[in-house]
Amino acid sequence: MDYGTFRGIFTLVLMVLFIVIVWWAFSKRSKSKFDEAANAIFEDENKHKTTINDKKKESEK
Amino acid sequence: MSQVASQTEYNYKVVRQFTIMTVIWGLIGMSVGVLIAAQLVWPALNFDTPWLTYSRLRPLHTNAVIFAFGTSALFATAYYVVQRTCQTRLFSDKLAAFTFWGWQLVIVLAVITLPLGITQGKEYAELEWPIDLLITIVWVSFAVVFFGTLIKRKVSHIYVANWFYGGFILTVAVLHIVNSMAIPVSLTKSYSIYAGAVDAMVQWWYGHNAVGFLLTAGFLGMMYYFVPKQAGRPVYSYRLSVVHFWALVSLYIWAGPHHLHYTALPDWTQSLGMVMSIILFVPSWGGMINGIMTLSGAWHKLRHDPILRFLVVSLSFYGMSTFEGPMMAIKSVNALSHYTDWTVGHVHSGALGWVAMVSIGAVYHLVPNLFSQGRMYSTKLINTHFWLHTIGVVLYIVAMWISGVMQGLMWRAVNSDGTLMYSFVQSLEASYPFYFMRFVGGVFIVTGMVIMLYNVLKTVSAEKDSLEAEVHPA
Ligand code: HEM
Ligand SMILES: [Fe+2]
Repeated sequence: MDYGTFRGIFTLVLMVLFIVIVWWAFSKRSKSKFDEAANAIFEDENKHKTTINDKKKESEK
Repeated sequence: MSQVASQTEYNYKVVRQFTIMTVIWGLIGMSVGVLIAAQLVWPALNFDTPWLTYSRLRPLHTNAVIFAFGTSALFATAYYVVQRTCQTRLFSDKLAAFTFWGWQLVIVLAVITLPLGITQGKEYAELEWPIDLLITIVWVSFAVVFFGTLIKRKVSHIYVANWFYGGFILTVAVLHIVNSMAIPVSLTKSYSIYAGAVDAMVQWWYGHNAVGFLLTAGFLGMMYYFVPKQAGRPVYSYRLSVVHFWALVSLYIWAGPHHLHYTALPDWTQSLGMVMSIILFVPSWGGMINGIMTLSGAWHKLRHDPILRFLVVSLSFYGMSTFEGPMMAIKSVNALSHYTDWTVGHVHSGALGWVAMVSIGAVYHLVPNLFSQGRMYSTKLINTHFWLHTIGVVLYIVAMWISGVMQGLMWRAVNSDGTLMYSFVQSLEASYPFYFMRFVGGVFIVTGMVIMLYNVLKTVSAEKDSLEAEVHPA
């Protein structure tokens, strides 16, 4: 296979891959998982607080 | 005592260190920027001292703001975000500490060698080979800590910010290693293994993708965590953020030739770079809209919260520079803009508007969280900083736009007999007022950074939990 053909096929593969990603991202199945993921950043406040309190204890010693 | 506890909770020590250094390096790097801006207005300011000359201080400025200020902000936020979104402690405290001290050593070596004139002469990759080796070791350690943390995460999904951070860390490693390939002839001198047009191509493959993956993807990771967190609501569209990531990383690589229009680079490569640059507009604006729309239904928060304002205005500047960039990548536009101050204006709308403002917003968010306070020492001073910075950036980029377009027009103007209408010095003279305007803008920005440092120090040294969060009725 010459270089030009290789590049052509490579570009095509990338394009198909990209379309698959978009299709996956917008599929119904991903929706609930994504909603969960988007909200996950608000769910570790406990661990954050323990870390901070731990530091306070140390500085009081 | 808390051997067990320290295994379960987060490592904030390294985050604190990098956060504080972000502010300090930001102030230093931007001050050097103001000095060289002043030198362009008053050349005598180099005091006839070799290590104070513009040619040596300019790379010091770019290295200080990109690698000391910007990259410290990326280290701090990457370590913070990866722990909080994976709900687990960093992979290795020792290795994380090594990346902090190693990176500070890199910066100190840059501060020493660049004014001495020790340089590889490649833009944004000036540091000589021993420092390049140190950077490689530190960066690989960074990757180990980051991806090690991802692997031991306590949640199943990898939050989108981590994808951007991960892409940034991996790509910068590859870019740095390939572009820094050189043959040393002494401890302080080496020669690149690339020559001619190949050297130019490799250099701008590096330079362009450093913009794409360090100055863009890294800070987008920051954006995708701190904007939703500060706004107190999830990102507008998570699926769009996923598409944003894959579109950006698959497109950015191809646009590099827009730095080499009308050079020895093959013509088709230039045209490809132009087309891909224009396509790049789409994911960029998708990402910007996704960030800004996160505030939909909560716009009122902007009224009380200058931190959120920093973050949102940074996104507007991101939108502005990613509109301007594709336009400048069009060959006929580039024929006018290339080599002029327009490029400098574009760079600083990206660097001071987008990169610096999103980092400053993130630091103001981080400091109270890391030092056990409900808020920063003074919200008023954050607001003052916001306005000083915004006015400064606008002064800067407007000055460079006018100066740049004027230079482009003067350089191409010809008399009826085909001779040039203006000499270079005439165009330089015409630029003087705008160089002064940029200097004034820079003074605004540095004043803001001084206020920030004061505010941060006051917050850090305040008694724990003494600063209570402000409550605003909706
Ligand atoms: C869609 C996005 C973008 C495109 C297509 C783009 C395009 C360009 C073009 C055409 C140039 C001028 C090349 C020349 O004439 O020498 C340039 C320069 C530059 N841009 Fe962008 N740009 C984009 C976004 C950004 C952003 C967001 C930043 C900063 C965070 C940035 C930082 C830079 C830098 C540092 C240079 C100067 C390179 C040098 O030293 O010559 N760009 N860009
Ligand atoms: Fe570029």
